[in-house]
Amino acid sequence: MDLSAISPALLVAALMAGATPLLFAALGELVVERAGVLNLGVEGMMILGAICGFAAAVGTGSPAAGFAAAALGGAALALVFAVLTQGLLSNQVATGLALTLFGLGLSALVGQGYVGIKPPSTPRLDLGPLSDLPFLGRAIFSHDAIVYLGLAATLAVWAVLNRTRFGLSLRAVGENHDAAHALGLKVVAIRVGAILFGGAMAGIGGGYLSLVRVPQWTEGMTAGAGWIALAIVVFASWRAGRVLMGAYLFGGVSVLQLNLQAAGAAVPVEILSMSPYLATILVLAVMSARRKRGTAAPASLGRSFRAPG
Amino acid sequence: MIRLVRRPQPSRAWAWATPLLAVALTVLAGGLMFALLGKDPVAAIRTIFLDPLFNPQYAAYARPQLLVKAGPLILIAVGLALGFRAGVWNIGAEGQYILGALCGAGAGLALYPMEAWFLFPLMVVAGALGGWAWAMIPAILKTRFNTNEILVSLLLVYVAENLLASMAVGLLRNPEGGGFPGSRNLSQWDAAANRELVAGTGLHWGVVAALIAVIMAYVLLHRHITGVHLRLAGSAPRAARFAGVDPNRLVILCLGLSGALAGLAGIFEVTGPAGQISIDFNTGYGFTAIIVAFLGRLHPVGILLAGLLMALTYIGGELASFTLGIPVAAIQAFQGMLLFFLLGVDILTHYRPVAGRDPGRVAGT
Repeated sequence: MDLSAISPALLVAALMAGATPLLFAALGELVVERAGVLNLGVEGMMILGAICGFAAAVGTGSPAAGFAAAALGGAALALVFAVLTQGLLSNQVATGLALTLFGLGLSALVGQGYVGIKPPSTPRLDLGPLSDLPFLGRAIFSHDAIVYLGLAATLAVWAVLNRTRFGLSLRAVGENHDAAHALGLKVVAIRVGAILFGGAMAGIGGGYLSLVRVPQWTEGMTAGAGWIALAIVVFASWRAGRVLMGAYLFGGVSVLQLNLQAAGAAVPVEILSMSPYLATILVLAVMSARRKRGTAAPASLGRSFRAPG
Repeated sequence: MIRLVRRPQPSRAWAWATPLLAVALTVLAGGLMFALLGKDPVAAIRTIFLDPLFNPQYAAYARPQLLVKAGPLILIAVGLALGFRAGVWNIGAEGQYILGALCGAGAGLALYPMEAWFLFPLMVVAGALGGWAWAMIPAILKTRFNTNEILVSLLLVYVAENLLASMAVGLLRNPEGGGFPGSRNLSQWDAAANRELVAGTGLHWGVVAALIAVIMAYVLLHRHITGVHLRLAGSAPRAARFAGVDPNRLVILCLGLSGALAGLAGIFEVTGPAGQISIDFNTGYGFTAIIVAFLGRLHPVGILLAGLLMALTYIGGELASFTLGIPVAAIQAFQGMLLFFLLGVDILTHYRPVAGRDPGRVAGT
C-alpha cells in the first residue's frame, strides 16, 4: 500500500466535498425534528433530489437550475409526507419509510434515460487570492459555491433556531405542541413549513451527489447517505453546530475509506465499504450510552398533533 | 367544509375496507403513472393483476411463482408486524434475510458433499440463528444503551450487503466455478435442496414455514398473554409498564423473532428459488415485507392475503416489463404508492368525516 499517494490537501478538500450532501440533509432533518416531526424519508427525498437535479442540469445545461430542481424534487416528496402526517395524522415512522421506498422506485423510473450521461460540471467559486494560498488554497478555498452554501446554511439554521422569534416558536412546537397551540401558535403550519424545508435541503444534498460528487446517475446512488444523515442529527444532540461536526466526521470516514481503497490497502474492499455504516452504528451506540436516560430529543418528536375542539 | 370527528372506537368495518380502498386508489394512480409513461393504463393494470393468473399463455409459469414470491414476503412480514404492533421498529429485515442465507448456506457448504437426511434441517436452523443473531445487534444496543433500533437495523443492511459481496467472491465461492463469484448451486445438491413439494404449485418448505408462522403469530397475538403485552406496549406504553410489561424483554422478543423469520426466508430462498449465494441474490423482500405488513393491517391473516397480492404485483410487473416494456422500477414506485394510500386512508378507521361546520364551536374561534 502506498499512503504517500494520498495528498493531505486533496484529502481535506475531498472531505469538505464529501461531507456536503450529509450536511445539507442533516441540517434539513434537524429543523424538521426540532419542530417535533420525525421524517425517516430522508433517503427517499435525497435520491429524488439527485435525479431531479441531474435531469434538470442535463436538460438546461445549467448546474444552478439543477440544484433548484433538486430542492423542488425533495420538497415535493416532503409535501406528500406533510399531507399524510399533518393532514391525515398517519404514523410518522411508517410514512417516512414509505417515502424512502417510493422515492427509490420513482427515482429509478425517472432515471431510466440518464444512465451513463455526464452532467454539466459545476464551476468552482473564484475566491481570488485565497485560492492561491499554499495549503489552504487547495484544501479549503477551491470548492464550488454549494460547499460554502452548506457552511452558510449551518450558520443560518443555528441563528434562526436560537436567535429569532420564529426559531423559538418552532422549538416550542417541537417541545410541547399542546402548549404551543394554547399560546396561539399555528402548530400544523409551522410543521409543514419545516417538513418542506427539510425536503428541499435533502434534495440539494442528493443533487450534490449526482451533480458533483459522483458525478453521474446510478440507481440507488445515495446508498444510505440519508440514513447516515438521520444518525448525524442524533449524534449532534439536535444542535446545528454539532451537525456540521458530525457531517465532517462521517463524510471523513467515507472519503478516507475510498482513498484507502484507491491506494490499494491490504484490507478487503468490502470491509472498507462497510466502515462508514459500522462507524455510524458505533457512534450512535456510544452517544446513547453516554446519555442514558434524559435524551436531548425534542419532547414531542414523532407525535401526531390534532387541534382540540 | 368537511371535518373529522374522532370515533369512540376504531371502526371494524373500515379496518377491513381501508386496505381494499388503498388498493383501488393505487390502481387508479398507477394507471395514471403508466399513462404518463406513454403506456395503455388498462392493458398495464390487466397485465399486472390478471394475466399472471388467467392468461393461458403465461399462467402456467406465473401461478406457481405466486407462492414462491409470497412465501418469503409473508414469513418476513409476520415477524415485522409483531414488532410494529409493540412499537419496535425493525426495518433491517433485508440484512437479517441475507445473514440467514449466508449462515445457512455456510453451515451446509462446510459439510459438502455430504448426503445426509439431517443436512437441510441443519441449514434451516443455522439460517434462523443467523437472522436472529443479526437482529440481536440492534436489540442489545437498544436494551443496553437505548440506541435507536430503526437506524441501527437499517444501517446493518448495508453492512450485510457488503458481507454478502465478500462471501460470494471469497469464503463461499464455488471452488469449481472457474473463479466466477457465487457459491455452489444448493438447489442441485440433493441433501440441501429446498424442492417444490407438489409439482406445478410452487409450494416449497419456505411457504410451509410461512403458513406455520401465520398460525403461530395469530395464536401468540390473540390467544396468549404475550400478545396482550405486545399490543398494550404499542398502544399505551405507560399503561404497559404499570401492568408489569418489561419493555426490554419485548424488544429482544420482537427483534429476535422477526430476525429469525427473516433468516428462515433467506435460507429457503438460496436453497430453492435463488439456488445459490450470489452477490445480488437478495431482491428487496425485506423492504417490500414492510409494505406487506401494513397492507395486512399487522394482522397475521391479513398479511397472508397481502403477501399474495404483493407477490402478484412482482410477477405481473415482470410480465408487464416483458410484454409492454414498462420499466421494472415502475412496479417499485407502484408498491411505494400503495403504502402511501394505505397510511392516508387509515384515518377513516379512527375518524369519521362529517360535512358542515362544527356545531360545538362558537363562530370566530
